[in-house]
Amino acid sequence: MALLEVRQVTKRYGSLQALGGVDVDVAPGSFHGLIGPNGSGKSTLLKAIAGAHFATSGTIAFDGRDITRATPATRARAGLSLKFQITAVLGELSVYDNVLLALQAHQGIWALLGSRTRHALDADVCRLLERFRLDARADDIAGELSHGEQQWLEIAMALAQKPKLLLLDEPTGGMSPEERRETGRLLEPIKAYCALVIVEHDLDFIKDICDRLTVLDQGQVLDTGSVAEIERSTRVQEVYTTRV
Amino acid sequence: MVSIPEPAAPAAARRRRVLKVLPIIEGLTLAALIAVPHLTSDFHTIIATRMMLLAMLAISFDLCWGYSGIMTFGQALFFGMAGYVAAMMANEGGITEVLVVIPVSIVVGLVAALFIGWFLLLGKRTPTIIFVALGTLTASYTAERLVAGWQWVGAANGLSIWDFLTVFGFEIETGPVFYHIVLLALVGSYLAARYTVRSQLGLVLAGMRQNEERLAFFGYRVQVFKALVFCLAGAIAGLSGGLYAHHEGFIGPTSMGIALSTYAVLYGLFGGVGTLIGPVLGAFAIEVIAFQLSDQDLFKQVWPILLGLVMLVVVAYKPTGLLGFILSERERIGSYGAKDKPKEDDDGAP
Repeated sequence: MALLEVRQVTKRYGSLQALGGVDVDVAPGSFHGLIGPNGSGKSTLLKAIAGAHFATSGTIAFDGRDITRATPATRARAGLSLKFQITAVLGELSVYDNVLLALQAHQGIWALLGSRTRHALDADVCRLLERFRLDARADDIAGELSHGEQQWLEIAMALAQKPKLLLLDEPTGGMSPEERRETGRLLEPIKAYCALVIVEHDLDFIKDICDRLTVLDQGQVLDTGSVAEIERSTRVQEVYTTRV
Repeated sequence: MVSIPEPAAPAAARRRRVLKVLPIIEGLTLAALIAVPHLTSDFHTIIATRMMLLAMLAISFDLCWGYSGIMTFGQALFFGMAGYVAAMMANEGGITEVLVVIPVSIVVGLVAALFIGWFLLLGKRTPTIIFVALGTLTASYTAERLVAGWQWVGAANGLSIWDFLTVFGFEIETGPVFYHIVLLALVGSYLAARYTVRSQLGLVLAGMRQNEERLAFFGYRVQVFKALVFCLAGAIAGLSGGLYAHHEGFIGPTSMGIALSTYAVLYGLFGGVGTLIGPVLGAFAIEVIAFQLSDQDLFKQVWPILLGLVMLVVVAYKPTGLLGFILSERERIGSYGAKDKPKEDDDGAP
């Protein structure tokens, strides 16, 4: 059974049809890439899955539960985590507090008011910061980090809650080749407990880390399959050679 | 090209300590407030008592805007409502016992804030800053107009309280004793607010103020946290309103209207929001300036304009308020939750 089942999802903005009946299945532990030309509906689909906006029609089921009309907070509590395309770290808080904020999200109000879990979560915060090579900057203001470091901080925050499915919208945008390779290495270990849906323009990066790909074009699924199958797909080649 | 930082001991960076200015300012303010009744006349002690009550209103505003991103123009509503209830209790029921007046004022402010917050904050979608600002402004204005035309609560004349506040049956006149009761209420409100904003819940509020959408994607029910802080702020405003009515011996429609609500905003912006002590000092500064200017023949007619100009300059050129001149941005942000336990390898440097 798939962890995420997207069925016939459409999204309209007035007269513009951004998604026109998209089907996507993501298996547990699978790294699934969404690729396609600009304006093909990749980010729109990701936002519909995350709850940033609701699908006009169709259904989205996550872990056996219909989340089509669920709020982002409900989806997050169900185990779905999102890293935004534009970095959304909390720039006025310290790097440490950004991660702590993500880690304590499921605590009750009274536990938060009493700061009861501060010490218990300290080890987890430090472990995440160390893993994403941000431990030396724990006390720095997040807004002072470089773009690449902010992207890593965002991924660390998205992973903090041990999600079942992580949605990444262009995680390597603005990164140097060295940082892209490092990002791939940082994501590899999460496969043991977390599936991934990733929107990315860097095809080399996506081929390196993804098991399956779905290619979107003009709001429709053009093709879906393994990396090798997509590479052989004549329909995909046609779109990429004529319009990308 | 961005270089990848080398891994280091996680606690190393967090061991850095800098001299904290805020606790010094808080300590000096408390010392000054303790000294006031011993160093000044009863007349000035009474004026200072009134300023402390307004400072509590400023704290309630800072909790909303400075820490939670709720722009409220309605804090006077909770202040005035508790004041009217205190006056009614005294006049209709003969209840003036401070141990009853204080909890009732807190509950009135809290329940009124819960009621307003239910409509403005607890919707399915996160409300915009403008929506909440206009909603609270409208509520405050409506309440002011309502009581101004309602004979049962004295209409435009308001309500006078003829009996003194009592403590275990002993009457408390305005002056040093009343001053100390209000000082306790101010310190208690300040500590409750400080505890909240420096807890892990305070970290949620700080995140919420910067990017509500991001917090929703973490799984936080942002509206619930907003409503919670709004209620706490309402409770503090209610406490100050109940004591204010007894201190002045009077409560009128203007005590719950937009003028006083706007003053609460100005106290905060002038002193420096997001610091708690800033709005307290802002309230004292504005009231002292107003008191001094209104007493001078030269400025009697124009002091509100001068005051407005001074505030305009501070808000326009120093958005962090008076405290922004001496407080670093890093210290204003501060840290959340209990402090780290000392590590074995900690050098203990200050």
